[in-house]
Amino acid sequence: MTIYIKPTKGWASLNLRDLWTYRELILFMVWRDLLVRYKQTVLGVTWAILQPFLQMVVFSIIFGRFAKVPTDNNIPYPIFSYVALLPFTLFAKALNDASRSLVGHQNMVSKIYFPRLILPLSSVLGGLVDFALAFLVLLGMMIYYALTGGFHFIINAAWLWLPFFILLALVTALGVALWLSALYVQYRDVGYMLPFLSDTWKFISPVVYSSTMIPEQWQMLYSINPMVGVINGFRWALLGAPSPIGMGLLVSTISAIILLATGLVYFRRMERTFADLI
Amino acid sequence: MTAIIRVEHLSKLYRIGLAPKGYRTLSENITYAMGAPIRAIRRVKTPAPDAMDTIYALNDVSFDVEEGQVLGIIGRNGAGKSTLLKILSRITEPTEGEIWINGRVGSLLEVGTGFHPELTGRENIFLNGAILGMKRGEITSKFDEIVAFSEVEQFIDTPVKRYSSGMYLRLAFAVAAHLEPEILVVDEVLAVGDAEFQRKCLGKMSDVAQQGRTVLFVSHNMSAILRLTQESIVIQKGQLVKRAPSVEAVDFYLSAGHSSDGERTWSRDEISLDADPFRPVALRIRGPKGTVVETVRSTEPVVVEFEYELTAPVTGLRVGIYLNTGRGEAVFTTFDTDDPGMFERFTNRKPGRYVSRCIIPPDTLNSGRYSLNVNASSYRIRRYFAEEQALEFSVDATAAPGMQWPEPRPGVTRPRLEWKIESL
Repeated sequence: MTIYIKPTKGWASLNLRDLWTYRELILFMVWRDLLVRYKQTVLGVTWAILQPFLQMVVFSIIFGRFAKVPTDNNIPYPIFSYVALLPFTLFAKALNDASRSLVGHQNMVSKIYFPRLILPLSSVLGGLVDFALAFLVLLGMMIYYALTGGFHFIINAAWLWLPFFILLALVTALGVALWLSALYVQYRDVGYMLPFLSDTWKFISPVVYSSTMIPEQWQMLYSINPMVGVINGFRWALLGAPSPIGMGLLVSTISAIILLATGLVYFRRMERTFADLI
Repeated sequence: MTAIIRVEHLSKLYRIGLAPKGYRTLSENITYAMGAPIRAIRRVKTPAPDAMDTIYALNDVSFDVEEGQVLGIIGRNGAGKSTLLKILSRITEPTEGEIWINGRVGSLLEVGTGFHPELTGRENIFLNGAILGMKRGEITSKFDEIVAFSEVEQFIDTPVKRYSSGMYLRLAFAVAAHLEPEILVVDEVLAVGDAEFQRKCLGKMSDVAQQGRTVLFVSHNMSAILRLTQESIVIQKGQLVKRAPSVEAVDFYLSAGHSSDGERTWSRDEISLDADPFRPVALRIRGPKGTVVETVRSTEPVVVEFEYELTAPVTGLRVGIYLNTGRGEAVFTTFDTDDPGMFERFTNRKPGRYVSRCIIPPDTLNSGRYSLNVNASSYRIRRYFAEEQALEFSVDATAAPGMQWPEPRPGVTRPRLEWKIESL
């Protein structure tokens, strides 16, 4: 094995082969995050469920009961918001963790070589376990509402679309996080921006309201936010809301792919200076 | 013999403006924050000139390392050794030049990197192994060996945050030492751990060398360099100035200090911006008559003086000298405010020029070469300035006790002790 080192000029290649050689490390990092995440907490893994669940309770009272925000097809507000909080929590956690991943692992970045992409990549994947747990709660809620009426619980072919929507959320989070994690190395402002960003993002996504509330002429612009496609997709597949498949979803998908592609290019370009600047 | 590492015309340019700025106090931070928008505007208006803000950490360095060779790398702090190692281990990229490396580079720079305090010793071995580039199978097969080497068998399922620092270090080193790369880079790790552990590390290193693997060994400890390497390169201000058998290279390094004639002065552009508000001016050795000298007699008092300037008031400043033998072994460390009375009096120092002066009493040092490190810091707040081997001087033992026998006396000190002989 010969390693050849020379300064990279201009745009670096993605060097996916290198990433493949280190694939075990991605799994190890995800595994480590899981082992460590709820250590020394009383509630432990319950936190994965509590976060979206309590938010759902608050939203149901404020937006569902008091503000009387209408839902698609009169779906009960609690599942209507919870089904959106699921992918959004996954997205927000992935975005936050991955954006902080380089600065959070300064030691590794400044002391050893490994493909730097591993850090944001493994952080993005780390949220999937929390997501799976929170999903079980959703199933419980769906059964409850099906039994008490007001909701018709069916498993249909649309469920097969769920992995696509999950992927779309993760790709979006990764794309944005690649930009932000690389910027964070040089500008610590990113750390202060992140909470604000995910809060704002929550309200430009149809989490507490239905995307049908957005006027028709704004729908395409609105769909540039890939989370619109993701949340509409979840509501459609699981709750039987109107199908999102169409121009809107296409716009969301293209926008996510553009975020990922530009993020990768920027990340690779900045990568060579990480160890010097961090 | 074939070259396992080939380095050609390697250069690394750093932009000083991007270097970390060190820690500030809260009030400094607030003032700094107030100025941020103004500075931002100014930056946009007048882009920083290039040449002013860059330094060559490495400048046109070329060398080969043959397979199985143990090569010493010598140089002062900031000479570019660490940069060289970082480039060789692909942590950072060179600005110019090319390198060919035939094999995996493992470095002991990275001891304990990626260790997580909440994870057990066992979990950390696997994780750290993976971070260092080992495959899972490889780690499993070496697991018992690693645990045995680290001597933490009993605690292998305890989170490492409960480990003593010695245990932690042993475990971390054990993983790194079993990486078995074709090329091992060792950077001064030997400075940590107890004597027993250091012996083990050195043992491991010579094992590695005896197995025909290549070792790059960086140290300030010239005895260790001489003991462990046959050949060394000397790096000075980013340039490779000497490659020779280690004995010769060490001699060259020791005699090629910046200091000449018992004085080391600092010019403005030599001082890092991080040092502000501390500006070193000169470090001098004075003989008993007050003249600046390079060689002092062991029987006479030696005055060491450090002149510096403060551009802003500094609280809790302590200026210290670290005396080392020419081979890098520590003799003593002393600070200008060691004395509680002095510490009280000089809690706050106003801006201005100062000299901190100390006297090494007569009959203290044995004959030989000595070097001084200087350091200016506020304890636990900030280190303003430090330089290793800032100044070197010789001690001559003429007229010292015992000179009627012209044999070299082992030992760093040569005290004049009071002997009594009683006839019983």
